[in-house]
Amino acid sequence: MEFFERFAVPHPSPLIYASMVAIGLVIIAIIAGVSYFKKWGYLWNEWLTTTDHKRIGIMYIISALLMLFRGGADAVMMRLQTSVPDNTFLDAQHYNEVFTTHGVVMIFFMAMAFVIGLMNFVVPLQIGARDVAFPRLNAISFWLYFAGAMLFNISFVIGGSPDAGWTNYYPLASNDFSTSVGVNYYNWALQISGIGTLMTGINFIATIIKMRAPGMTLMKMPMFTWSALITNAIIVFAFPVLTIAIIMGTLDRQFGTHFFASTNGGMDMMWANLFWVWGHPEVYILILPAFGIYSEIIATFSQRNLYGYKSMVGSMVIISLLSFLVWVHHFFTMGQDALTNSIFSITTMAIAVPTGIKIFNWLLTMWKGKIHFTVPMLYSVAFIPLFTIGGVTGVMLGVASADYQYHNTMFLVAHFHNTIIPGVVFAMLAGLTYWWPKMFGFMLNEKIGKWAFWFLTIGFCFSFFPMYITGLDGQARRMFTYSEATGFGPLNMLSFFGAGLMAIGFVIIVYNIYYSFRYSPRNVGDDPWNARSLEWATHNPVPEYNFAVLPQVESSEAFWDYKKKGHKLFPDSIKKIHMPNNSGLPIIMSGLFFIFGFSFVFYIWAGVIISAIGIFACMAYRSFEKDDGRYISAEEIKETEDKFGGAGQ
Amino acid sequence: MKQKWALLAFIFTMITVLIGCEPLLVLDPKGPQAETLSNTIWISIFTMAVVVIVVLTLLINMLVKYRASKQPDDYEPPHIEASPIVESIIIGIPVLIVAFLSVVSVVSTYQVEDVPEGYEDQEPLVIYASSSNWKWHFSYPEQDIETVNYVFLPTDRPVEFRLYSHGPITSFWIPQLAGQKYAMADMITKINLVADSPGEYMGRNSNFSGEGFAKHVFNVTALSPDEFDTWVDEIHATAEPITEEKFDELLEPGHLGQLTFTGTHLEFAPAPEGEHGGHNHGSDDSHSEDNEDTSEHTNH
Repeated sequence: MEFFERFAVPHPSPLIYASMVAIGLVIIAIIAGVSYFKKWGYLWNEWLTTTDHKRIGIMYIISALLMLFRGGADAVMMRLQTSVPDNTFLDAQHYNEVFTTHGVVMIFFMAMAFVIGLMNFVVPLQIGARDVAFPRLNAISFWLYFAGAMLFNISFVIGGSPDAGWTNYYPLASNDFSTSVGVNYYNWALQISGIGTLMTGINFIATIIKMRAPGMTLMKMPMFTWSALITNAIIVFAFPVLTIAIIMGTLDRQFGTHFFASTNGGMDMMWANLFWVWGHPEVYILILPAFGIYSEIIATFSQRNLYGYKSMVGSMVIISLLSFLVWVHHFFTMGQDALTNSIFSITTMAIAVPTGIKIFNWLLTMWKGKIHFTVPMLYSVAFIPLFTIGGVTGVMLGVASADYQYHNTMFLVAHFHNTIIPGVVFAMLAGLTYWWPKMFGFMLNEKIGKWAFWFLTIGFCFSFFPMYITGLDGQARRMFTYSEATGFGPLNMLSFFGAGLMAIGFVIIVYNIYYSFRYSPRNVGDDPWNARSLEWATHNPVPEYNFAVLPQVESSEAFWDYKKKGHKLFPDSIKKIHMPNNSGLPIIMSGLFFIFGFSFVFYIWAGVIISAIGIFACMAYRSFEKDDGRYISAEEIKETEDKFGGAGQ
Repeated sequence: MKQKWALLAFIFTMITVLIGCEPLLVLDPKGPQAETLSNTIWISIFTMAVVVIVVLTLLINMLVKYRASKQPDDYEPPHIEASPIVESIIIGIPVLIVAFLSVVSVVSTYQVEDVPEGYEDQEPLVIYASSSNWKWHFSYPEQDIETVNYVFLPTDRPVEFRLYSHGPITSFWIPQLAGQKYAMADMITKINLVADSPGEYMGRNSNFSGEGFAKHVFNVTALSPDEFDTWVDEIHATAEPITEEKFDELLEPGHLGQLTFTGTHLEFAPAPEGEHGGHNHGSDDSHSEDNEDTSEHTNH
């Protein structure tokens, strides 16, 4: 029995037992459901082993939505706990675990997955490619992310969740102060999914550099593809820092080194530095693709070309460079001298310039346009003022001296949610709605979508604007409760109310998916939005080979040229197409990585060794495997194209 | 567009609430450092409000003027290339704003790091503030007393807090007197502040440090120099001396009320500065700094 004791949750509560039951029931329901409908073969052959970038993208998005609900439940619990003074719904330890997992889940497993999911689906289509450069690697990326996400999520019911904040500062995260295995979970879950993210970065850079359609020079790429290219460049530079920092943290916790200890020559603030050297570029990894999505959507629904294409690209490049030069602003209060703080204060505020350029370019894209208020456009329109508020409060935080008063307060919490929710989350929802017909061949219901939009936007304002005020009134972040005398009560109640509205908004989105799946008409055609860029030049839903004939491109708005200027998109005739084979190896490796991580968390060395051997065996097998892909014959393509009504437009 | 206006009205109400209610702690300074910060914050709020208003006005203008329902069905929006003049304006104005705020930032940062203006000629009162889970220990080497979870300051005299931690990183923050700074185990950080009016102020650790973090607070009382001296004398008359055993007991994780001792723990558990610093590179610096300090004071 001693062996099993380590898996017990250190601070059990009815809530945790309830989640154990819920997790168990969901797993049983999924297994029973798939067995009942005899879908195991379909699931395995069509999805779990797929190397198709579109299906991998969809799997990323499904996982991201699941994680959104996991992290959202955390958020509602936090708002509920702080809605009234001296609340006892959660105790301190649980609250600490909840805000830690909220941050980690939302950043790593929701936002990152959503961004990468949309990039997966859209980028190859926008550049007229058949798939990404390394389809098998792409599948491994997804499955590593999935293994990491699952590993992190079981921490809540097996062994205990991390409790040192998503920033995981040492020495608080060391064995001395965080005694459960929670931080081990943090380390291994992020390490495993981080490797996947790094591979994605390499994969997409290669794809965008090497696989663009004929005629598509770099400066003729659609803006979302540009944002994806820059984002992946940031990933490749930033993620190795996190990898190393986490290895050092793991060595500290599990092998007794002192990298981040405050004794024996260790430096606790080294972790904070390394974390934010990765962490600040990470912010732009999330926001740049969102900028790309907004650029596509605002241009489409204003029926205008994107204003200032060159300055849009240039500003993203500048943002990506500056993003590596500002990390110290996360701890202006560490005690470094005024000169250091001044330098980082200026670099931080400098980012407002390229971001401002983008805001004005979007506004000028609407100028003289013909604006249609569809759901994706509503999100984009709400994004502009809300993100501006998030941006200007960012500048306020960038004033080093003033940051001494904002740091670690609810003001900061309000600021970064003010950028991430209208910035990233709204963009992902807008992008999902916009590209939904490309994925599934039908539209999401506009009316229900608008209800969700209003609930989210109004809920957002109620949730986060009060935090600016409580922050200035001295409410520190991460406090599980406060006394009545502080006077924070009413505004926190308002936040809870807003969180409730947002929760309703997300439920409406799920209902919309269900409703549209059942009732939306299926004959939406190939161009339901009157769109402009290349991905709309193929069918809805996209056939597995993407384009029957490789497109020829003359501008960043190839499909618009085709519609309005008579540009010939598909000059060639249909020939056989080379496609990658499916492979079960990625999901098997992911399973092994999961066992590896889990065993490492609990120091089960036999499991570590066996799974490590398994992982290397998979890699060796892959090295000697002969897999030259397969061809789809011209006849088969013609048949598919005829079904869509006409070959290659 | 009703909703847009509703949103605007909402933001406006929030701002009114922000200004109208009893002053928020950060914007209700009781000393020159906090006042500098409060002014800086107001400058940045007003500057940024201009940006938000400009963006909102432009956005509403675009949405009202160019929405599809207002235009003829056959209207085809033109293809517009970026104009260099427009682009220069949208680059130039943000650059000017950022340049202005950069100056504000740099000047105020240097200001709040130094001894407040007008107090340079007084010898600062040195108080060591060290955090342990989840308490604050205040040591007055000059007065030879030590308090837990509360601190008394004389008004109108510069105070130099020397911060460090007996555990995780914490952040020492008295919003109405000065901005916060981290307290860490292996080095000393400093806050210079002056309280210019007597009163009681809230102080806390604002950096998450584990289970007892929410109640990791302390009381600050500023009183006139005479009253301060009386308070010190009273402690010497009534309080027990702090011993190493007693101090180790205090360091145990948990919450304690307010405690008072004579003597300081620095005698048997020195602060991480000078030869006791966690980083060897720090030791020489702080010695020379100390020397500089004394020589400065003798000059005055």
